[in-house]
Amino acid sequence: MNTVGHFLSEHPFFHGFTSEQLQELVKCGRDVRFEQGEFLFREGDEARSFYVVREGRIRIEIHDARQGAVGVQTVERGDVLGWSWLVPPYLWHFDARALRTSLAVALDGERLRDLCDHDPVLGYEFLKRIAGLMEQRLQATRLQLLDLYSEPRA
Amino acid sequence: MNLVLEERAVAARDPMRPRPFRVRRVHRDLPDTTTLEIEPPGPDHSCAFSPGQFNMLYVMGKGEVPISLSGDPAKGGCFVHTTRAVGPASRAVTELRKGDLVGVRGPFGHGWPVDVAAGGDLVIVAGGVGLAPLRPVIYHVVRRRRQYRRVAILYGARTSSDILFRRELEKWRGRLDLEVRVSVDRGTDDWHGSVGVVTTLIPQVSFPLSEATAFVCGPEIMMRFTTRELAQAGIREDRQYISMERNMKCGVGLCGHCQWGPHFVCKDGPVFRFDRVARLLWQREM
Amino acid sequence: MVDDRESLIFERTALDRLFELLADEGYSILGPTVRDGAIAYGPIHSSLDLPQGVGVRQEAGSYRLTERDDPSLFGYAVGADSPKSFLYPPREHLCAFRRHESWNGNEVEEDGAPLAFVGVRPCELAAIAVMDRVLLSGPTPDVRYRQRRERCLLVVVNCTEPGGTCFCSSMGTGPEARAGFDIVLTEMTEPDRHTFLARAGTARGRELLIRWGGRSAQPAETAAVAARLERASGRMGRTLHTEGLAEALRASPEDPRWDEIASRCMNCANCTLACPTCFCCTVEDTTDLTGERAERHRRWDSCFTLGFSYIHGGSVRVSARSRYRQWLTHKLSTWQEQFGTQGCVGCGRCITWCPAGIDLTVEAPALAKAHAPAVSSSRER
Repeated sequence: MNTVGHFLSEHPFFHGFTSEQLQELVKCGRDVRFEQGEFLFREGDEARSFYVVREGRIRIEIHDARQGAVGVQTVERGDVLGWSWLVPPYLWHFDARALRTSLAVALDGERLRDLCDHDPVLGYEFLKRIAGLMEQRLQATRLQLLDLYSEPRA
Repeated sequence: MNLVLEERAVAARDPMRPRPFRVRRVHRDLPDTTTLEIEPPGPDHSCAFSPGQFNMLYVMGKGEVPISLSGDPAKGGCFVHTTRAVGPASRAVTELRKGDLVGVRGPFGHGWPVDVAAGGDLVIVAGGVGLAPLRPVIYHVVRRRRQYRRVAILYGARTSSDILFRRELEKWRGRLDLEVRVSVDRGTDDWHGSVGVVTTLIPQVSFPLSEATAFVCGPEIMMRFTTRELAQAGIREDRQYISMERNMKCGVGLCGHCQWGPHFVCKDGPVFRFDRVARLLWQREM
Repeated sequence: MVDDRESLIFERTALDRLFELLADEGYSILGPTVRDGAIAYGPIHSSLDLPQGVGVRQEAGSYRLTERDDPSLFGYAVGADSPKSFLYPPREHLCAFRRHESWNGNEVEEDGAPLAFVGVRPCELAAIAVMDRVLLSGPTPDVRYRQRRERCLLVVVNCTEPGGTCFCSSMGTGPEARAGFDIVLTEMTEPDRHTFLARAGTARGRELLIRWGGRSAQPAETAAVAARLERASGRMGRTLHTEGLAEALRASPEDPRWDEIASRCMNCANCTLACPTCFCCTVEDTTDLTGERAERHRRWDSCFTLGFSYIHGGSVRVSARSRYRQWLTHKLSTWQEQFGTQGCVGCGRCITWCPAGIDLTVEAPALAKAHAPAVSSSRER
């Protein structure tokens, strides 16, 4: 398995960063591993990391007393996960659970925020990508909301 | 092999008159979806069809609806239809029992260009009951697997209990020469697969899509966004095909109900090459 | 087809002989009659049934019978209905089923006497040709329409007096009929004489003319008829420039003018009912109370109804604007892509019978202008 640096430099989210910027970003990251069933984080936890998924499948879910855990999204290899570390009060709003053994690079949220504060150019680049991610997510979520396959109201 | 066959009998007799078929087998796929096998009244009735075509099914006293053929085009002797109950007439079709008579007019329409796709990569994207009109394509491709290069089947359903043809999907997924990915809009506890709209499966396909042909079928909104995502993934608009639905009364281009811009969905479609109709798909109230 | 250029003259008094000949051959004769305050097709037994001395004043949203000061039998343009009402009837039985028997489909029966239309206008003749294209030229022709068409006889009457909403000249469909008739007549009503100039268009028509027995027309007589028809083509109540129209309408789906029209259009479907080329129909399946016997009928339908575009969950064309747009764009634009002919024949009925007086010879060019600036205004006169 290649190093964090190598992995991030090849990842589409990090395309376009200069090698100096990448080096700074890599310093914030470390490899993490979750076994099947393990939670990456739970609703209400402090949001500390930005995850870039290497392997496996992770489900974003919310727990309901009647229905149990309802999944709203899964992320897999190539996806990134989480922006609550960027927005106060820096708390997770959903659970994230590994459906199978999953590997990821976790970038420390606080260090990332500091990095963006001190290097606005890098910060803007990062934020642009996060905005793009949110836009994609919102679009997909809206389509899910439409409940396209359900019985139509006559 | 040319799969576009003409119903000679239809041309000779009155296309507005249904032929009485008999229900041979009923299978409840989902709470609101049923697959019927229906057999013809006599040996001189061909049950040949092209994937993507449909029949007008008539239930006496209840009405008539266009339903896509969902069976294996290589297996003759009967028609197979998968119907979802969305109104009184379609509900009547899903409530037919073995031995009942059902009127059949068809097959009508232009189907999926399986010959055009041959020789290259193929991506099939289906949403909800949209998998039914595509199933004949999958049967055809599996039967002639060597004629196609890389093949991916992407399917989206509401929840895991709404997955149509689940056992067959799992069987196809088990093949080493097919890529099958399924996603649901809402993930229940029992579901360990992908959660998200079907378009999120497109970037996951293991091969580059720039040379692929795509067949897309599902609710109109889903087809709008899927064709856009496929284009962004590199599939040209003239290599994408969609299947449309409109109100149909005659099925043969004489009643005018199914018009979509200049096209009659019943005879110019229901399968359309996307570049020819993209403008219409994005136009409101066509 | 025999194109008999030889024109014959018949006296007004000889007209009844034509009806006798047609009746003898077993035709059920239909022609213009005065009915319910309008000219409409009805059974003709003799020339007494025709609207003698009757004229019509037509304008947008208005139709009035008038009294002529001459005894013309065909001194008006189109009536409220067209031969479509008989060749493609508003309601038609298709087949019947019995629950516990195998469905012996009834073969298409010969229903009733063949029809002979006397007094068909050139625009209506053009409309019949359009309907032939729509219903007969595809891979699944309408077998009942074909049967009625093959058996019917068409005696066309040229228009010497166009109506207030007529624009057949613009559409190339009149006021003179060129082909497709069995016989074409032009009525010449003068103070001292009342004659018909007749020509055959088919072998059947020629045979009929010979048996009817007129005399050869003098050059002066044919010239007089030609001159009158020439004058008529310049006195149309409306004009419509069709060049570039189809493309321009195609490009206009978001034009705000559709909303403006929709504020006036009541979606009443009158235009589709009056139009001689509208072919949309629905299939009606009914059962008796016991559920043992079912019938299937074909019935006229209209794209203006909300349910026309209904698929599960709702209709595709909900707004009034989208339904008017569908009709106009189909009639003047997409029809050509579908059938290779114009959908409109310039009869003006949709203008006359619209309760809001919406005039497509005004609306269509206005929409087109915004989307096809290449159509030069110097052409419009």
